[in-house]
Amino acid sequence: MSAFAAPGFLLSAMLSLGPVTPQEMHFDAPLPLRSGASLPAYRLVYETYGRLNAARNNAVLVCHALNASHHVAGLDGNGQAGWWDNLVGPGKPLDTDRFFVIGVNNPGSCFGSTGPMHLNPATGQPWGADFPVVTVEDWVDAQALLLDRLGITQLAAVLGGSLGGMQALSWSLRHPQRLRHCIAVATAPSLSAQNIAFNEVARRAIVTDPDFHGGHFYAHGVVPARGLRVARMIGHITYLSDDSMEAKFGRQMREAELAYSTQAIEFQIESYLRHQGDKFAGYFDANTYLLITRALDYFDPARAHGGSLARAFAAAQAKFLLVSFTTDWRFAPARSREIVKALVDNQHDVSYAEIDAPHGHDAFLLEDPRYHEVMRAYFANIAREIR
Amino acid sequence: MDARTGLDQIAALVPTGSRVLDLGCGSGALLAHLREARGCRGFGIEIDDALVAQCIRRDVKVLQLNLEDGLSLFDDDSFDVVLQLDTLQNLRHTAQLLRETARVGHQAIVSFPNFAHWPHRLSVLRGRMPVSKALPYQWFDTPNIRVGTFADFEVLAQQCGLRVIDAFGLHEGRRVDRWPNLLASTAVFRFERA
Repeated sequence: MSAFAAPGFLLSAMLSLGPVTPQEMHFDAPLPLRSGASLPAYRLVYETYGRLNAARNNAVLVCHALNASHHVAGLDGNGQAGWWDNLVGPGKPLDTDRFFVIGVNNPGSCFGSTGPMHLNPATGQPWGADFPVVTVEDWVDAQALLLDRLGITQLAAVLGGSLGGMQALSWSLRHPQRLRHCIAVATAPSLSAQNIAFNEVARRAIVTDPDFHGGHFYAHGVVPARGLRVARMIGHITYLSDDSMEAKFGRQMREAELAYSTQAIEFQIESYLRHQGDKFAGYFDANTYLLITRALDYFDPARAHGGSLARAFAAAQAKFLLVSFTTDWRFAPARSREIVKALVDNQHDVSYAEIDAPHGHDAFLLEDPRYHEVMRAYFANIAREIR
Repeated sequence: MDARTGLDQIAALVPTGSRVLDLGCGSGALLAHLREARGCRGFGIEIDDALVAQCIRRDVKVLQLNLEDGLSLFDDDSFDVVLQLDTLQNLRHTAQLLRETARVGHQAIVSFPNFAHWPHRLSVLRGRMPVSKALPYQWFDTPNIRVGTFADFEVLAQQCGLRVIDAFGLHEGRRVDRWPNLLASTAVFRFERA
């Protein structure tokens, strides 16, 4: 890269990928699932950024979390920036001038890959609640099949945050030789009882919505929007820290005078949560929400090893970077340290950054300079390693 | 290199190919040196954000942890050598961490500024707290919450059930074996569990 001095606005334009186009891959062979069921012929939607080098060793897979998609970076058809655009792009910590970055929408999701709103070939009706239960491991296997098709034998890295971090960890266990580095941010080796409890509240909100119709609401021309709104509201609370919510909203009121109403919006935080809920209910699929929260609940690589996370990671071969955020109470640093301990017990290579950021779980999507410096430094090493 | 003195003297004490844990590893310079010059591998532990990033940039494996929380992450004897260089004086739970250091390593090397170095003694005799290369802070802004002497450590080592294998002073990067409590600005102890 040249040391070209550009004014700030030009620089930020240079650092963007610009418009990006999603691609599709169709699979005719069924995907065997952990449950014993299988997903018949399916489609994966994905995006790529940067160029695959001649050695085909500079690919980085980015795994998405609950409500995200294959659109990791750049601008989609509606001019929307990808969910990790601040991290991925030319000159950014995950530099698309050096790496070939792949974002894949997981099956069961609602952003293009085969999901519950698509037709079940056995019935000719939308899958709805009959869509097979998918797990983190199933997603990882589907992603691996996509990489086979793209001719990528080994990834330079798998990167993910939150539920995406679980996929990155799962990659290191299921396909140990297919990744050099595993980068898991703001994640956990399994959900705690409290985590599962929040998921269950969200699921109950959805399935008890009269518009849910046992998961077959498509036929009725409705969506369980009320349930989805509540699910999103409760989820959103867990993504933020108490302090960041306090700093952003405090006890700010909508009006100067109290309305003395139990139904009206009085506080700005109520308004914010309702807005988030409305927005979410407008684009997210209720069955997908159920599936993805279940995948979160089920993730527990230690389970197959008598509860020992250390034994679970014995087979891993990748080098690891773990990052957590001090105010993340959804996936607290202590959960990342459990993973670090399991890796240390196996004498695996691991670095761990515990970023003192105020934003709670959401910090993994934000542009904290200390966090991004760690990511930038780590990816710079990978780039050197594969050169 | 870090603002640590006589690092090469200390590096020379680490056997080739050792598995090393460096407590308070700073920018990772010593670990990088041990890796390149002596084929060592292992981890650093560091609390400071900027230093953690510098370690990662050097490709030194680093864990961002607070040493005051102990070393529960590591099993007994999981390292050949545990380094605790110029770190002890910043820690509250000094004795506890020394025991932990001896627990997780077959051997440990500790260094810290020797408060009994003769210019420090002179300074105190004159009625002022010493300010020197080894103790560069004023009394009111020092991060050093534990100031001790070479001779003090010998007592603490015994209390903590440590067997001292080797002890010497360092001054201006040179080893001081004669009257280290008086003539060395830095105290160095190599020990193991008794």
